[in-house]
Amino acid sequence: MTLVLIGLNHKTAPVALREKLATLAPEPAAVYQHLRALKAVREALLYATCNRVEILFASPDPETAIPQVRQLLLAQGDEEDAQAIQQALYVYQEGEAVSHLFQVACGLDSMVMGEPQVLGQIKAAYRQGTEQQATGPLLNRLLHKTFSVAKKVRSETGIGGLAVSVSYAAVELARKIFGSLTDKTGLLIGAGEMAELAVEHLKRHGVARLIVANRTVARGLELAGRFGGEAVSLAELPEQLLRADIVISSTGAPEIILTKDQLKGVMRRRKQRPLFLIDIAVPRDLDPAINDLDNVYLYNIDDLQGVIQANLNHRQEEAVKARRIIDVETQKFLQWRETLAVTPTIIALREKAAQICQTELKKTLAQLGPLSPEQQKSVEVLAESIALKLLHDPFLYLKRNHHPKRRSQDIDLTRRLFNLDQDRNEELH
Amino acid sequence: MVDFWLLLLALASYGAATLVWLGYVWRQQDAWHRAGSWAVTFGWLCHTLALLLETVAQGFFPVGSFGAALSLFSWALITTFLILTWRYPVKVLGAMAPPLAALLLSGSLILPRPPEIAPILQSFWLSFHIVAALLGNATFALAFLGGILYLVQERQIKNKKFGFFYKRLPSLETLDALNYYCINIGFVLLTLGIISGSLYAQYTLGTFWQWDPKETMTLVAWLLYAGLLHERLAKGWRGRRAALLAIAGFAVLMVTFVGADFWHRSYHRFDTFGRLP
Repeated sequence: MTLVLIGLNHKTAPVALREKLATLAPEPAAVYQHLRALKAVREALLYATCNRVEILFASPDPETAIPQVRQLLLAQGDEEDAQAIQQALYVYQEGEAVSHLFQVACGLDSMVMGEPQVLGQIKAAYRQGTEQQATGPLLNRLLHKTFSVAKKVRSETGIGGLAVSVSYAAVELARKIFGSLTDKTGLLIGAGEMAELAVEHLKRHGVARLIVANRTVARGLELAGRFGGEAVSLAELPEQLLRADIVISSTGAPEIILTKDQLKGVMRRRKQRPLFLIDIAVPRDLDPAINDLDNVYLYNIDDLQGVIQANLNHRQEEAVKARRIIDVETQKFLQWRETLAVTPTIIALREKAAQICQTELKKTLAQLGPLSPEQQKSVEVLAESIALKLLHDPFLYLKRNHHPKRRSQDIDLTRRLFNLDQDRNEELH
Repeated sequence: MVDFWLLLLALASYGAATLVWLGYVWRQQDAWHRAGSWAVTFGWLCHTLALLLETVAQGFFPVGSFGAALSLFSWALITTFLILTWRYPVKVLGAMAPPLAALLLSGSLILPRPPEIAPILQSFWLSFHIVAALLGNATFALAFLGGILYLVQERQIKNKKFGFFYKRLPSLETLDALNYYCINIGFVLLTLGIISGSLYAQYTLGTFWQWDPKETMTLVAWLLYAGLLHERLAKGWRGRRAALLAIAGFAVLMVTFVGADFWHRSYHRFDTFGRLP
C-alpha cells in the first residue's frame, strides 16, 4: 500500500484555477463515489481550502491509481484548463505525502504563515470523508496523527502565536498593558469600519463597557446598539476619557483632536491610571507627542503594521522549529507503517498451520478407522494445539518492539523460514 | 554539622531552581515553573530546618553575625517569594529571586562565624527586630525585581520595539500591582523592625534613637517608601515612577544592610555589637 497526495495550491496555481477545482468540495459525495469506483484506490480523502485542493489516497498500485486520480482532477475544467491544471499539479508519495499533509495542517504551507483555520478545514473534510466511508485504517491513523502533530507544533513553537492582523495586534497590546480586559472600558472615537473591527475584537476579549463618541450621534447610537455600548457626542470627549482605558480613534477630522496638554490634564484627573490609545485615522487624530506622557501608550496604524511585520518574521523563524518536529513525526509515522507488516505475517503463519492440521487430520483420521465424535474431536484438538503451541513463541518474538530495521529483517526471515510467499498448495506436500 | 549540610542542600536547591526557571523563561512551559516551585520549596524546608537546628543548638536565634544575617536574609527572601508566588504568580520572578537568595546564602557559608556571640544579641526582642527588618528587606527586594521587570516591559511597549522579553514578561498592570502589594507589606514589616529595634535600644542602651549610620539610612529608605505610598494614593504615582522609587528605595536599604557593617562608627556592626556603650 502506497500513500499518494495529488493537488495544487496557491504556489502552483492562480486563484481562477483553484476556484474551478474547489467546486469539487461542495459535492464530495460525487467525488468519493468516483474515487471508490477506482479499483486501485483503497482509501481516499479530499480536502479543499481557500488556497489548495488536494486528494490523499492509499493505493496498492500507485502506477495505475495516480493517472486515474489526476484524470479526475483534470476533468474539472475545459481543454485549456486541463493543460494549466496538469502543470500546476504536484504528486507526493509516502514520506513526502505525509510530511506535506503535516505542513498543511500546521499552517506552514499557508499564505499567512501559521494560520489556524486550515486545520479546522482539514478536520471538517476528514469528518466528511469518514461519513462517506472513504477512509480506512491507514488514513484514519494518518489523520489522527496529523491532528496531534498540529497540536504539538502549536504548543511547542510560536508559529501560531503573536497577532498578524491590525485589530488583533491591538488587543494583544492591550493585554500586555492591562492584563485582563474584563474590567476595562473601551472608547471609540468616530465610527469607521476599521474601528468596528477592533471593537469586535475587544468585545470578544471581554471588555466590560463600550462608549462610542461620534460627530453624528445617530451613527454612534447605531454602532453602540450593535455592541451593547452607550453613545455620546464628541463634545463630551474629555469627560469620557476619564472613564476609558482603551481608546480607538478613527475620525475623518483633518486635524488633531487631542493634544498632549489636554491629555496631561486628563491623566492627572485619572490619577495616572494607564491609558492605551490607538490612532487608526489618516490623517492622525491624536498628537504623536502624547506617547511621551507617563502611563500613556499611543499606537498609530503604522506602529501596528510594524508589530504585525515583526510577528510575521517571528513566525518564519518558528517555522524552522515546526519543520523539525514534522520531520521527526513523519519518520515516526513511517515506522508505524512498517509494524503493520507484522500482522499479515502472523495471520499467514496461522493460516498455514491451520491448513497443515486440516491436511494431516484428513490423512490420519482415514487411517484410524471409525472413531466416536468425542475421540475425533480430541484428535483434532491435539493437532491444533501442537501447531499453535509451536508457533506461540515466534508470534511473541515478532510482536516484540524491535528496532524498525531489525523488524523488517525479522519479518523477511520468518517469511522465508516458513515459506509464506510461495504458492502454498505446492509447498504443503 | 548537620545544619551546615542542610544549608548546602538549600543552596543547591536554590541553584537548581534558578536553572529550571531560566529554562521556563526560555521555553515557556508550565512544567518548568512547577519543577522550579518544588525545588525552591524543598530548599526552603532545608533552610528552615537548618535555622531551627542552629537555634536549638545555640539556645538563641542565629542572628549574631553578618554571615548569619545573610543566611537569614536569604531565607526571608525565599519565604516572601513563596508567599508571593502563591498570591501573585509572576512566574519570571522565579528566575530572579532564587539566584539572589543563593548568592546571599553562599556569602553566608563563606563568611566565618564568630565563636562567641555577645549576650546582648541573644534576646528574643533583638531577633524579632532583625527578622522583621529582614523580611521587610526581602519584600522590598521583590518590589525591586518587579520594578526592573516593569521598566524593561514598559520600555518595549513605549518604544514599540519588542524583544525577547516582551512575550515572556507579564502585563504592566500585573507588575504594577506587584509593586504596590510588596511595598505595602514591606513598609509594615520595616516599620515593625524599626519600632522593635528602637524599643530594644531603649531597654538595653537607654536611648530610642542615636542617629547611627544604619538608623539614619534606614530612615531615609522608610521616608522614601512612605512618600511613594502616600503619593500613590493621593496623586496616583504608579507605573514607571513607582518602579523607579522601588529600585531607589532598595538601593538605599542595601547600602544600609551591607555598608553599615563596614562603617566604623556604627554600633550596628555585627562583629562589634556586644562591645558598645
